[in-house]
Amino acid sequence: MAVKNRKQQLLSGIATNDGHGENSPYFHGWDAYERNRFHPTQNPNGVIQMGLAENQLCFDLMEKWIKENPKAICTPEGVNEFKGIALFDDYHGLMGFREAVAKFMGKVRGNRVTFDPERIVMSGGATGANETIMFCLADPGDAFLVPSPYDPGFDRDLGWRTRAQIVPVNCSSSNDFRLTRAAVQEAYEKALESNINVKGLLLTNPSNPLGTTLERETLKALVTFVNEKNIHLVCDEIYSATTFTPSRFVSVAEVMQEVEHCNPDLIHIIYSLSKDLGLPGFRVGIVYSYNDAVVSCARKMSSFGLVSSQSQHFLAALLSDEEFIDNFLSESSKRLENRYRFLTEGLEKVGVSYVESDAGLFFWMDLRPLLMKQTFDAELELWRVIVDDVKLNISPGYSFHVSEPGWFRVCFANMDNETVEVALNRIQEFVQTRNGTTEASP
Amino acid sequence: MRLLSRKVMRNTHGQDSSYFLGWEEYEKNRYDHVNNPKGIIQMGLAENQLSFDLLESWLAKNPDAAGFRRNGQFIFRELALFQDYHGLPDFKKALVDFMAEIRGNKVSFDPNRVVLTAGATSANETLMFCLAEAGDAFLLPTPYYPGFDRDLKWRTGVEIVPIQCTSSNGFRITESALEEAYRLAHKRNLRVKGVLVTNPSNPLGTTMSLDELNLLLDFITEKEIHLISDEIYSGTVFSSPGFVSIMEIMKDRKLENSEVFNRVHIVYSLSKDLGLPGFRVGAIYSNDNMVVDAATKMSSFGLVSSQTQYLLSEMLSDKKFTKNYILENHKRLKQRQRMLISGLEKAAVSCLKSNAGLFCWVDMRRLLSSDTFEAEMELWKRIVYEVKLNISPGSSCHCTEPGWFRVCFANMSEDTLKVAMRRLKVFVESISPIRSQSNHQALKNTRRRWSLTNWVFRLSFHDDRELEER
Repeated sequence: MAVKNRKQQLLSGIATNDGHGENSPYFHGWDAYERNRFHPTQNPNGVIQMGLAENQLCFDLMEKWIKENPKAICTPEGVNEFKGIALFDDYHGLMGFREAVAKFMGKVRGNRVTFDPERIVMSGGATGANETIMFCLADPGDAFLVPSPYDPGFDRDLGWRTRAQIVPVNCSSSNDFRLTRAAVQEAYEKALESNINVKGLLLTNPSNPLGTTLERETLKALVTFVNEKNIHLVCDEIYSATTFTPSRFVSVAEVMQEVEHCNPDLIHIIYSLSKDLGLPGFRVGIVYSYNDAVVSCARKMSSFGLVSSQSQHFLAALLSDEEFIDNFLSESSKRLENRYRFLTEGLEKVGVSYVESDAGLFFWMDLRPLLMKQTFDAELELWRVIVDDVKLNISPGYSFHVSEPGWFRVCFANMDNETVEVALNRIQEFVQTRNGTTEASP
Repeated sequence: MRLLSRKVMRNTHGQDSSYFLGWEEYEKNRYDHVNNPKGIIQMGLAENQLSFDLLESWLAKNPDAAGFRRNGQFIFRELALFQDYHGLPDFKKALVDFMAEIRGNKVSFDPNRVVLTAGATSANETLMFCLAEAGDAFLLPTPYYPGFDRDLKWRTGVEIVPIQCTSSNGFRITESALEEAYRLAHKRNLRVKGVLVTNPSNPLGTTMSLDELNLLLDFITEKEIHLISDEIYSGTVFSSPGFVSIMEIMKDRKLENSEVFNRVHIVYSLSKDLGLPGFRVGAIYSNDNMVVDAATKMSSFGLVSSQTQYLLSEMLSDKKFTKNYILENHKRLKQRQRMLISGLEKAAVSCLKSNAGLFCWVDMRRLLSSDTFEAEMELWKRIVYEVKLNISPGSSCHCTEPGWFRVCFANMSEDTLKVAMRRLKVFVESISPIRSQSNHQALKNTRRRWSLTNWVFRLSFHDDRELEER
């Protein structure tokens, strides 16, 4: 014990605490999957991974594009550009890359707003972007309001090394987990009473894990709120292109123009290509701020997580191909919606409800009727049964810091059609069996 | 309430220093032998541009590696989805083999002990986050890479306390300098968590001697602290006495099962040896499981693009290529260094004897109007604005003696280097006669031409106390 303590002293507090958040059940479910991965022919009784918010539906489109555009990668056709790209470590990023990302972000918002390439700052994925914005806006001990349920990764991204704290704004099933200005106001005032220094509000829109988009009026009310309190608004819009059609997604970039006297220095957007384009491996995170000092600082911090120039070069070419992108966005939306409908309609047939949503790579499923008791212990128990017996790795609501037990996030875009059918059958069978053995919950 | 964090408001990122300001001037007026022959030649950038033809020819012969293919099959999907912070196993294996090869295979590395990061910049910061916190300090020998002020201190809150090295012994680390630094840290109420050295050294271009390496090991053993050896230039050692890694010393002293073994960590990168700074490939190597574990989790904030990991795993697995590359790279660096030294000699300027790196540590003390940093700044401004060479003043590297400059030689063509040396010769000849007059006259003449501006003193990496100590 003494040895361990001395060793811990040799390392920093950060290195030895649990702030990375990886001891949560969200990550444990993955172990079960890793040990026994489903395969339609080689391991049909394996665990199906439904806990991974990845977009795997449109790789065929990308591969076709790559075959037709050899210069975008360092092939013999493109090799003469290799040196320039390999040497380019300027933290402003390749101009072509920034311009392409800015244009893409505009396109995703129906070209109702435009983005300035000079404000595009790179980071190591959305993970890096979220941490960077916290380093810029919060000192150790400062807090950000974050509506729950929220992405389990936030504990690490927003608070681990920055030492900022998250103050959850609890949303409940009573109104389908919709965020209201009143709820934010209440959480804000309560935090102030506890002498917590609230620096801002962080929204994920479209929401992870709900898959819902914020209504225009709500977003306007929240922009107004932050202006009144002179605190920041960070909008994590990494799922902006995963909306079904017609898209009801409204970006803060649009709304800020509609709010009188909106102070742009308070508004910041987090973006990434990991979800919309399905390219998490290339580590493309973007910090887009309307505050010049933040752009400048975030840019210097981007040295700690620049995007590989090889990937910048490739993506600049891909994103600049407007015809390809237009088609990709429309196909992707269609395929995501089809998946969503297939699963949710299948669940409805066995009486399982869910929060109706119009975006994301997942939906929020209601399994409260299957709980032995309305407690988080019961939820964890139910979850273990689902992982170990039903062999589906879905994510328990507890890991998203939700305030009520019984909710689960189900991902649907990270598998092929065959697997989705198997997954649905398994859930349907399980629910029907369980309904026969569970007493009705109070 | 303050709207932004203290990190935004302060300048502790160190990017107001002359090191970066010189670059700004260069950006405004870049030399081009055809379009702008009177422009500024960039000699402040430690890049290795000498061996790209070798990389390009490999790429041309191996189109799959950059084309998202393996054995002709498309693996785009697999790469696009790969974000495991443990890294691509093939890449880590190829990387450790390459690291071993650079060290003459006298040591070997375990791929499971490698943590991949977005460049050495990220590796160094991550190690700080793992090993230290606000109120702690790391000891660094001066002169050191200006970027360390940002990488080690900025977001971590860790302090750097200098180990003063001087020209009296070729800037080698001495026991008394180490002890003095340790004492100084305590005087400042800082807890010393370790020593960080760059070996081969930036900006000196020298490899550490066996004496120094043993001294460091003894020191960290006695004090029970860490040693970080930033070995990003290990592949640029082109002449004797050759490169000896701290790992080799520990192996020779049979320290593999000792406690100190776990407190030695290596930082590596492909930016200097392979000349690929844009690809952001850095690595931490540690024998301590807890450090590997924590650093791996932290690497989430700056992973290496899977597209890049794959390309480089293919390239570095080609042993025929790596063997030839390492040798050829050495040859070309050596030849280029000789060219710089000979050009300096013609200008009657000497430099520290060096056997590695992408730069030389040049002695311009005799050209100073006085033995002060103000005079060094004066001289530097003249070299940037008049001679139109962007070189790095020793003060930006925290050197304790004025008059030293880091001059890079591997980031330009031979012709450009020749032009630079000619300009320098003309300049030195023009001011040397002045230097032989009385000091008073010298001061008058140089001051008439250049007056100091306030920005020279706005070198925000110095805090007030350090200025007083000087």
